[in-house]
Amino acid sequence: MGLGPSQAQRAPDMLESIVHVCLAGLSIGMFIWLVASGLTLIFGVLKVLNFAHGTFYMLGAYLCYWILARMGDNFWLGLILGPLAVCAVGFLIERFFLRHVYHLALPYQLLLTFAFVLIFDDAVKIIWGAGSLGSPTVPGLSGSFPILGRNFPSYSLFIIAVGPLVALAMWAFLERTWWGRIIRASSSDREMAAAIGVRVPALYTSVFVLGTWLGALGGGLAVPYVGLLTPGMGEVIIIDAFVVAVIGGLGSLKGAFFGALIIGLLSSFGTRFIPTFDMFLTFILMAGVLLWRPQGFFGEAK
Amino acid sequence: MILAAKDINTFYGASHILQDVSFEVEKGEVVALLGRNGVGKTTTLRSVMGLTPPRTGSIMFKEKELTGKPAYAISWLGIAYMPDDLRIFPDLTCEENLEIARRLSRNAGYWSRERVEDLFPVLHARKKQKGANLSGGEKKMLSLGRALMANPELILLDEPSEGLAPLIVKNLAEVIKKIREQNMTLLLADQNLKFCRKVSDRGYILEKGRIAHSGTMADIWKDEDVIKKYLVL
Repeated sequence: MGLGPSQAQRAPDMLESIVHVCLAGLSIGMFIWLVASGLTLIFGVLKVLNFAHGTFYMLGAYLCYWILARMGDNFWLGLILGPLAVCAVGFLIERFFLRHVYHLALPYQLLLTFAFVLIFDDAVKIIWGAGSLGSPTVPGLSGSFPILGRNFPSYSLFIIAVGPLVALAMWAFLERTWWGRIIRASSSDREMAAAIGVRVPALYTSVFVLGTWLGALGGGLAVPYVGLLTPGMGEVIIIDAFVVAVIGGLGSLKGAFFGALIIGLLSSFGTRFIPTFDMFLTFILMAGVLLWRPQGFFGEAK
Repeated sequence: MILAAKDINTFYGASHILQDVSFEVEKGEVVALLGRNGVGKTTTLRSVMGLTPPRTGSIMFKEKELTGKPAYAISWLGIAYMPDDLRIFPDLTCEENLEIARRLSRNAGYWSRERVEDLFPVLHARKKQKGANLSGGEKKMLSLGRALMANPELILLDEPSEGLAPLIVKNLAEVIKKIREQNMTLLLADQNLKFCRKVSDRGYILEKGRIAHSGTMADIWKDEDVIKKYLVL
């Protein structure tokens, strides 16, 4: 996973250790959720598997860092402006490229979005250099908080709170607003939605930009957490996000949320107790789910 | 003339479905498209709605060309559509299925949710139910109600009487008469000649993607040769 803070400290007490490993797992899971939520929203509505979604995460992180470094190290300003700038990139990609491959088979969509992964990885290398950048501390959240006698980073607790808040906000938006209802109607029946007056292409653009923002927000939030930014950071998280989307059921936000929690916890426990098999566990789980319930936990059976 | 199709040719992939189809609908009229299964009735309605746009020909609605316009723009001009498979949004409640159409419409008028629910009281009783959980008959009323909620000037109805018990078909004819009173124009595609005679003024009979015959419903009803040739199985 490569995300979590070091869990290598000696554990004097099993319960404390398990609680802390759980907290670390939850915070890892919430990052994956932020990326997977955008990926899932875009897949659920546009039926496009956006491989470049990890790229938005990476761009969100770099732009947040770049902006905050120019704004007197104000992390919050970077976190607001960075993902908004990435939204502009998402808008251009959807409006001028992706829109033309919706009617083509999945491999074409994957190829096009993978091309953007390569282009933006190189662009980031050219602009910021291939080396990793250091990350800043966040005023107010740089300390740690004692839990069961051991300190846990305040920022990780903040992340654990942000994830469910985003989930709640998305639920309220999709279930309780008319824009959300129009999105749900269009995702279940695009043609009928058009026949009652939904400007489907514009709606698709707006959903893609919203999904982009979620991924970039995850990236911005990762800046103080990961310790370093690298041009390949998007690929690491997109694999996890894909695994989460498959486990939860492609297109299901509920599935993405619980899938991300499972993967986060699994990764955290794996790193702590069986480090040799850390990476392995996630994929074993995915393979198991695919064999036992191919549509994922919350996906609809075909 | 509120709607005038001239020589439209519509294709599904390589198959040429509608061949030089022309028809006209006057404001306030109810016009029926008649014919057996697979003669192109649904395709004609879909061509007007912009869902399968004709490759050539012209469709004028209130002096505006519809061909080349996307479905949402056609809907904004004041045309609503009830498809034969009803296409209720399964995730939305009965109430939301109605309201969404009003919110997306660019036209205001007589029809409100209260009035639609007066017309179909069961939609009021089921208003919190998800579309997916409604019965076939409820879905039909909801799909028609959703079309009304847009306050269109022209409604396209695909197979309104299909699958309904005789008594319900009779009620449906009454409903269509009530809808007509609000200065609505209807173009419907239906195989039920008796029902069409009750509700429509004129009819066009389709055969293999072409208009084979047209006339007032009274004349078509009397013309046994035409009925035998094009309508009876």
